[in-house]
Amino acid sequence: MPSFRSRSRIKRKRQSLRFNSVSTTATTIDRAAPPEAGPRTFIRRLRDGDEVAHVITLVFAGVILLITSLLVYELWVNSHLSRAKFGLLFFWTSVWDPIFNNFGAAPFIYGTLVTSAISLIIAVPLGLAAAIYLAELAPRKLSDGIAFLIDLLAAVPSVIYGLLGIFVVVPLVRTVLGPALKSTVGHVPIVGKLFTGPNYGVGFLTAGIVLAIMVVPFIISVSREVLLTVPRDQREAALAMGATRWEATWQVVVPWARTGVMGSIFLALARALGETMAVTMVIGNDPKISASLFAPGYSIAAVIANEFSEATGDLYLSALIELGLVLFLMTFILNGLARLLIVATERGGGHPS
Amino acid sequence: MSNVRLVWRKSLNVVMLTLTGVAAFGVVSILFLILGYLIWNGGRSLNWDFFTQLPKPVGETGGGMANAIVGSLKLLFLAAIMGLPIGLMAGVYLAEFSGKALSFVVRYTADLLNGVPSIVIGIFAYTLVVLPVKHFSALAGGVALGMMVIPITVRSTEEFLRAVPGSLREGAMALGASKWRTIATVVLPAASGGIITGMLLALARVAGETAPLLFTAFGNRFWSPGWNQPIASLPRMIYDYAIAPYDDWHRQAWAAGLVLLGLVLLANVGCRLVLNRRGMTRGV
Repeated sequence: MPSFRSRSRIKRKRQSLRFNSVSTTATTIDRAAPPEAGPRTFIRRLRDGDEVAHVITLVFAGVILLITSLLVYELWVNSHLSRAKFGLLFFWTSVWDPIFNNFGAAPFIYGTLVTSAISLIIAVPLGLAAAIYLAELAPRKLSDGIAFLIDLLAAVPSVIYGLLGIFVVVPLVRTVLGPALKSTVGHVPIVGKLFTGPNYGVGFLTAGIVLAIMVVPFIISVSREVLLTVPRDQREAALAMGATRWEATWQVVVPWARTGVMGSIFLALARALGETMAVTMVIGNDPKISASLFAPGYSIAAVIANEFSEATGDLYLSALIELGLVLFLMTFILNGLARLLIVATERGGGHPS
Repeated sequence: MSNVRLVWRKSLNVVMLTLTGVAAFGVVSILFLILGYLIWNGGRSLNWDFFTQLPKPVGETGGGMANAIVGSLKLLFLAAIMGLPIGLMAGVYLAEFSGKALSFVVRYTADLLNGVPSIVIGIFAYTLVVLPVKHFSALAGGVALGMMVIPITVRSTEEFLRAVPGSLREGAMALGASKWRTIATVVLPAASGGIITGMLLALARVAGETAPLLFTAFGNRFWSPGWNQPIASLPRMIYDYAIAPYDDWHRQAWAAGLVLLGLVLLANVGCRLVLNRRGMTRGV
């Protein structure tokens, strides 16, 4: 009996407490908003501060648009000298001569494209396979754990990749991988051309390998997300038809998600094109177009990184900024496409209907 | 005949599934290789001098990177005060106020800004801040990093605000609070944990950036008082020391790499654990 009474007393106390708190908030709210009836008109919202808050946050959102358009504007205006002098020839000539003010971007564009292509050739099969494992085979807990570690891998600063590139990957290519490729693929008629010539360790191949390691986390995490959105009955139907696990995955699940997977590849490509530090540290920094993947080369981002702060003369600086503009446009287009593809798949429109 | 085909299909199944597992564990092992290699090489060269001394002149061994550590912190501070408020407010706009069309434009632009190569951001900051005053400065580096912070903060803020249940908003509105009061006193506090973690992740990401600092903050082998002079930063030091021909500099590059990676990974692990526990990892 006494216990019951005490409990009821506590209950009453709690109620009174709650009542008190409600009444205090009610009074403050009363003061803030007089009890007028009727719809919240514009004037009312203005007086309450809603419109002011709206405009203030809108201004900050506008800052983002402003920054981005200013970025394009500055790149365009500051590359004016170079665009006026070289025109489209800028992209086709391969002379880079700051002394005589002759600038052609071909070697850099070539280097950027070749290293990105190598990185995708390595990273796409690797990333897709890992994503398939994480989405289709691994138990959910293990899959989440590995995805967590892969997110961490994506967070490693690029200069750290460059550091390991210089001291680990370069010696590895020079002493182990290079000779191995030369003695095997090097003798094949046409493809062999890619693996001939002196091998210093720095060059297109090394840069491509380092880039592959850097972009693979992006392919894995985005592809995994997309594969996980594929409806379960798709798999079950394939398995019920007698398909093996692999056949169900490769012939049903992956085609269903292919737009999203393409999106992840575009995203990875955009990152590979724009990556600066790691490439600068291992590509060899030599503005030449060579067929051999062992040869040292140069990339757009690397030449900007190396020469921008030492560029003497307006035309020199303008040519470097035009390279920046080229890089911006490449990644701009790829990123735009990638986002559209990923959004399209996650909304369920990615399957062949 | 069909038996051969069945055996082929079954063995293909086993081989390919094994390969996918090998790929997954192979990629993850890279993280541990990087960590192990840095701890092995950096741990041996890390000492007290590294944190307290200035770099020694070329040719002398020893010295540290105290100025670069302070420099990195100063640059991060600048990036935070410039980038975080813009990101936060724009995120509030996207989650609470905006209509459909404009919010799509802002969100898409933020994503594009996020995808701009960091070296191009460096050029932009150069034309904005360095060209007019004709010298490199900590301020220019801060502007470059701040611009990289904005898009990440916007997206994470919006994500976490949207995760706040509508009933909280309705409750506050039903008590007569105006919309901005609801946001300021109910919605933002409810999402504050996630928003702050998202901001920390954004800062952790730009902390390791080198490319935008090359020709904005530039670098400095001495202390850099104030905000208007070239300033050293940890990532830039790693780059300079790694490509230099001196063994002692390589040793210090490893030490700096270990410190930088340690801080970045620590921030990431901490933040992601917090977010995972709340079940919100998407979009960060």
